[in-house]
Amino acid sequence: MRLTQGTFSYLADLTDEQISRQIQYALEQGWPISIEYTDDPHPRNVYWEMFGLPMFDVRDAAAVMQELAKARAEHPNDYIKIAAYDARLGRQTTALSFIVNRPGNEPGFRVERTVRADRQIGYQLHSYATEQPHGERYVPRSNGKA
Amino acid sequence: MSDAPPASASGAPPASASGAAPATASGAAPAAAQNGSPVAADPVLDLDAAYRDSQVGEILGKLDRELVGLAPVKTRIREIAHLLLIDKLRSSVGLASEPPPLHMSFTGPPGTGKTTVAMRMAEILHRLGYVRRGHLVVATRDDLVGQYIGHTAPKTKEVLKKATGGVLLIDEAYYLYKPENERDYGGEAIEILLQVMENQRDDLVVIFAGYKDRMESFFASNPGLSSRVANHIDFPDYTADELLAIAQLMLARLNYAFSPAAATAFAEYVRLRLQQPQFANARSIRNALDRARLRQATRLFEHGGTVTPHQLEELDESDIRKSRVFAAKERPPAES
Repeated sequence: MRLTQGTFSYLADLTDEQISRQIQYALEQGWPISIEYTDDPHPRNVYWEMFGLPMFDVRDAAAVMQELAKARAEHPNDYIKIAAYDARLGRQTTALSFIVNRPGNEPGFRVERTVRADRQIGYQLHSYATEQPHGERYVPRSNGKA
Repeated sequence: MSDAPPASASGAPPASASGAAPATASGAAPAAAQNGSPVAADPVLDLDAAYRDSQVGEILGKLDRELVGLAPVKTRIREIAHLLLIDKLRSSVGLASEPPPLHMSFTGPPGTGKTTVAMRMAEILHRLGYVRRGHLVVATRDDLVGQYIGHTAPKTKEVLKKATGGVLLIDEAYYLYKPENERDYGGEAIEILLQVMENQRDDLVVIFAGYKDRMESFFASNPGLSSRVANHIDFPDYTADELLAIAQLMLARLNYAFSPAAATAFAEYVRLRLQQPQFANARSIRNALDRARLRQATRLFEHGGTVTPHQLEELDESDIRKSRVFAAKERPPAES
């Protein structure tokens, strides 16, 4: 199941050219870019790992793309996202974030019902990927597993 | 980068002289590509129009107006600009064009305008499309070299990231290389720089700046570096007359003016100051003017009462004469 999170989530994966132009747009707005990665695909997981520090004072997307290439080389089987932070007073939030790398296999989620007191039903999202321990959740597509 | 208009007119024989100049210049590329042979269509390229379109002349003019003297530097910058423009035209008609080597070294004493020229150079390169953003990042050894193992590479890369798409000016570059200390991390910074200068030529242009003699020994001990730096530009010291003109320009920009007596006093000041050590050309002149403004303010306050706008604007002879440079003349042994 293809994970959809952040801006452009319902579009096909962006090409490098498109990523670069989005980054350039963010830089022109004065939003520093940071690169984050995770192997926990749960939609409520907001704690992604930072890949290096946020890139302040960068003027050109090529610099971010080099960093992204490094992140992809180090974490080819993790989700990687680009986040642009708007630091203006009154905003101070992520202005733009989108996934730029995803693992070869995305096992997806199942919904679990739990019956609680008074026959109330609760729902929870269970990610198949997290059945494996951290670091073993995704295998490269070439291995043919999963 | 350049959006060529439709090539409808490109096949036509060249029109007389300058009439359809811009269309001819930019429409030529597709024609050449179609024919396979680079010069088959034999289009006429209007150099003047290309020059105008690039707006490089405007920046060169700015350089001329803003910087006094520096004739050899201006000539070199103009030559480089011309080379880059011709190279662009060549590639637009499909002639082989190796991207010209752009990394430079600016050598000269302090205060001779190296940073200002670097700033203009960045603009020129940007207008001609050789760098994408055209900003200037100034770095010194402190910004590039770390203090412990593993500190240097991230630091240097951080600066390189900031400079990507623009021009990186490394001031006093020879401090990067300290042969007397084998545990110095400067060499690591140089290696990373070399890599980037070679592999990311589209991304940024590096300018090394510093004193001439020390830069020469720096390049001599780093042959890899000197072979990648194509343009060496030497900035001469200013003459006394040029320094005076600079002072006038600075004052005009600040809305100050010399009284006639002060002007002669300042000319004398410059002559004396030139003979003293640690003279930093335009920077020393600016400092001298700053101190003169200070003395003027003190003088006006001591005088008290009312002042006219004219008095606020004018620097008096006494504001100049109080300088310690004149004092040194009267008792030479006291100060060197």
